Amino acid sequence: MRVGLFIPCYIDAIYPEAGIATLELLERFGVEVVYPLNQTCCGQPMANEGDQQHSAAAEQLFVDNFREFDYIVGPAGSCVKHVKLHLDAIPQSPDVLHVRERTYELVEFLHDILKAEAFPWAYFRYKVGLHNSCSSIRGLGIALPSETMGTPFNKTARLLQMVEGLELVPIDRPDECCGFGGTFCVTDEAVSASMGIDKVHDYMRHDAEFVVSPDMSCLMHQQGIARKAGIHLKFLHVAQVLNGGPF
Amino acid sequence: MENNARNQVLAAVERQMPANKTAYPEMPDFPRLKTDLLIAFENRVKDAGGEVFRPADAAAAQALLASQHAQAKVICSATPEITGNRDIHAVKDPHDLADVDVGVIRARLGVAENGMVWLTEEDLEVNALGFLSQHLVILLSPQAVVGDMYDAYLRIHLEDTAYGCFMMGPSATADIGAVLVHGAQGARSLSVYLLA
Amino acid sequence: MGDEKRVDVAAHAAAFLAQDDVHEPMHDKNLWSARMKRDAAARAVPEWETLRQLASQIKEHTLTHLYNYLLEFESNATKRGAKIYWARDAAEHNQHVWDILREKNISSIIKSKSMLQEECGMTAFLENRGITVTESDLGERIQQLDDQPPSHIVMPAIHKTPEDVAQLFARTIGTDPRNTDPHYLTEAMRNDARRRFLEAGAGMTGANFAIAETGSFVVCTNEGNADIGASVPPVHIASIGIEKLLPKVKDLGIFIRLLSRSALGTLATQYTSHFSGPRKGGELHIILTDNGRSKRLGMPDFWTSLKCIRCGACMNTCPVYRRSGGLAYGATYSGPIGIILDPTFDESKYSELPYHSSLCGSCTEVCPVKINISDQIMQWRKVMAAKKHLPVSRRLAFGAAGKIFEHPQLFRSAETMASGAIRFTPDFLLYNRVLNPWGRHRELPHFAGQTFREWYLQYRAKNNEHGEQRP
Repeated sequence: MRVGLFIPCYIDAIYPEAGIATLELLERFGVEVVYPLNQTCCGQPMANEGDQQHSAAAEQLFVDNFREFDYIVGPAGSCVKHVKLHLDAIPQSPDVLHVRERTYELVEFLHDILKAEAFPWAYFRYKVGLHNSCSSIRGLGIALPSETMGTPFNKTARLLQMVEGLELVPIDRPDECCGFGGTFCVTDEAVSASMGIDKVHDYMRHDAEFVVSPDMSCLMHQQGIARKAGIHLKFLHVAQVLNGGPF
Repeated sequence: MENNARNQVLAAVERQMPANKTAYPEMPDFPRLKTDLLIAFENRVKDAGGEVFRPADAAAAQALLASQHAQAKVICSATPEITGNRDIHAVKDPHDLADVDVGVIRARLGVAENGMVWLTEEDLEVNALGFLSQHLVILLSPQAVVGDMYDAYLRIHLEDTAYGCFMMGPSATADIGAVLVHGAQGARSLSVYLLA
Repeated sequence: MGDEKRVDVAAHAAAFLAQDDVHEPMHDKNLWSARMKRDAAARAVPEWETLRQLASQIKEHTLTHLYNYLLEFESNATKRGAKIYWARDAAEHNQHVWDILREKNISSIIKSKSMLQEECGMTAFLENRGITVTESDLGERIQQLDDQPPSHIVMPAIHKTPEDVAQLFARTIGTDPRNTDPHYLTEAMRNDARRRFLEAGAGMTGANFAIAETGSFVVCTNEGNADIGASVPPVHIASIGIEKLLPKVKDLGIFIRLLSRSALGTLATQYTSHFSGPRKGGELHIILTDNGRSKRLGMPDFWTSLKCIRCGACMNTCPVYRRSGGLAYGATYSGPIGIILDPTFDESKYSELPYHSSLCGSCTEVCPVKINISDQIMQWRKVMAAKKHLPVSRRLAFGAAGKIFEHPQLFRSAETMASGAIRFTPDFLLYNRVLNPWGRHRELPHFAGQTFREWYLQYRAKNNEHGEQRP
């Protein structure tokens, strides 16, 4: 199985440790992982604005970089959601369709494809608040959204519970949006910041020490909010916890 | 001009309707309420802010009404079992009901799912009785409780009445500060007397 | 169309947040509580998801066969003795109402809540012609007295505190300004409204559902105000949007079960009233109104928004709406459903609305008739961008970003351009500096000493088969 590693631009620059953890974790499961060096961005920021014209080139480059792989795995719910659900600014060639179908968010890939049942190398003795990113839940279906009636499941929580020492703390609004929303966080900053501070307070009320998420972009926003407000919360990508670092 | 509007709206609708037609769905057989319907009905009436009583007979119901609404000056009954002091059949104009303290009506059926009672124009005699009265007393046969809204809609006949209302407890609002208050515009209280 | 000023919803929302520490937290808390009650009510119905599916399908069926159902409704309602009018737009709707009132010499009407009448600007139209119009729903009446439109589809004054209402009622109906008890305030309005019900020459309602099979329509209220309006004055006028049709009476079993559970988490509204022809001694006038609905029916990406049953569940769940207040949207419909309906009335004026969303998708999941609201919001952004409704600064910013992402080398040099502490700002910030308010409430991210790519090149990229193509 050859997997193309998709590292979104903000992980590349700001959270390289999340990228490193993803790579190492996949390799622990015996997967051949390749990181195509010409990757930039999946086109989401422009597409998010409705700007099909300017997202087209980025989308084409993404497909060119990843079309040769069995699977494409990225540690970022919202970017993967864009590829799977909204990469439609370019003609839907067989390559495009292949890439869209074979792109997986990391948790989904570990849970559904690799069928991970244990992370014996990991140890994390902290109270963790789980941030269920909207893209991962409502876009990719890695958990049952709270709005939907049925038997609850949460693939991220299930994987995290396999980590020795880790205690998941419940929060009041488990899948309430934190207000990141890509471009929304700057174009609508007052509302975005209000959503973010409410989210951070929710973790604090429940004594979480770490916030862990399959989507680092949400955490980038939450971390910015927490730091500005002088709140001591630590934020990690789920890959770092499951891989036992790097932190 | 009138006709023109009609024809243009209809023509626009005909033109714009999606070509891909959706079929009318098959209705599955939904799971039915397994608990005692009458007990469920009673509980739901209470949840909706109403009260339920089980008078032994019409005389007991009359006595209950008198004790429940001892202060009432005007009682208007649209059902022969209960006697009031305002003759509904003499009411020529709904405005004549503006001073009614208690309205008494016999409902056709009750719904266990939510505590609703079904009242038609024929039961109300004058529709306004159900809405201008300060308080309502609803007589309902304990045998006339159905399980849920699917059953309820199979039992009512809109083609037979110009007006029918599923009433679920007294008038309510939460428009100020999201605080529940009964008696917004319609009845302040609603009591169901279970009486065959 | 399109000449009105663009609504700056983000600025209005910021003002709602900034006014004090009371309004927004209360608004958020009360609406979230409605959402929680909705979850509990939905959970208690084992077939909930099936119901949503059925409701969606019945609505889609009706809309794709709307022509026939409209004819069937018209024919049956006429047989029952109702008088049917057709209105192509808001002006024609209002004219019908005015004509009916004028013919009968009616100078005062009492009305229950109708989003269609809001949409038509009917109250202002009638008031300009000397008609006294009184809203009978408590929340609507509060908004009318405060000269504001409703801020929520089912809770029109939810953005106001009891203190706000106490001040307003003190000013307008003479209550004690210090008494903020909702029971006291509700009672005061009951007594004030009572005489208006008795004086009114006509009662107006909207309709939640119209049934083709019998020519009936259904009005749902909690206060009983629609029923007083329909049963006391001699004339009942109902405004019904042409999308309100349902084929059969039994369909109501599904829709009534969904409506109030979705809206407020209650099992039903206190009153679910069925009108089939005029009441004894009364008249019934029904105005079937298009006002943009047939046009929407022909929009491939947006026609399913006509399935909406106006429950407001999408507003209650929307984290952006809860923090903005409904008035921020500057439109008849606010919240997620407003974002996808309002641009069909005026694309330019409402071009910013689709951006007032974090695209979290909760609205889609909560919708009882399964409208893909979140996808339609995204789709509207595409329309706005393609039609150049976006502000120029934003267009240029994302255009520039697109160029950079198109070329790996440009991207690298942007990424490694050292400038003080900030080696690289995330894409959407870097190219959006004019608008960049990230730092007001957030600290800038701390940038790593080494990018992932640099690490990979240093430690992993031994066999260079996917190596960089150097220029």
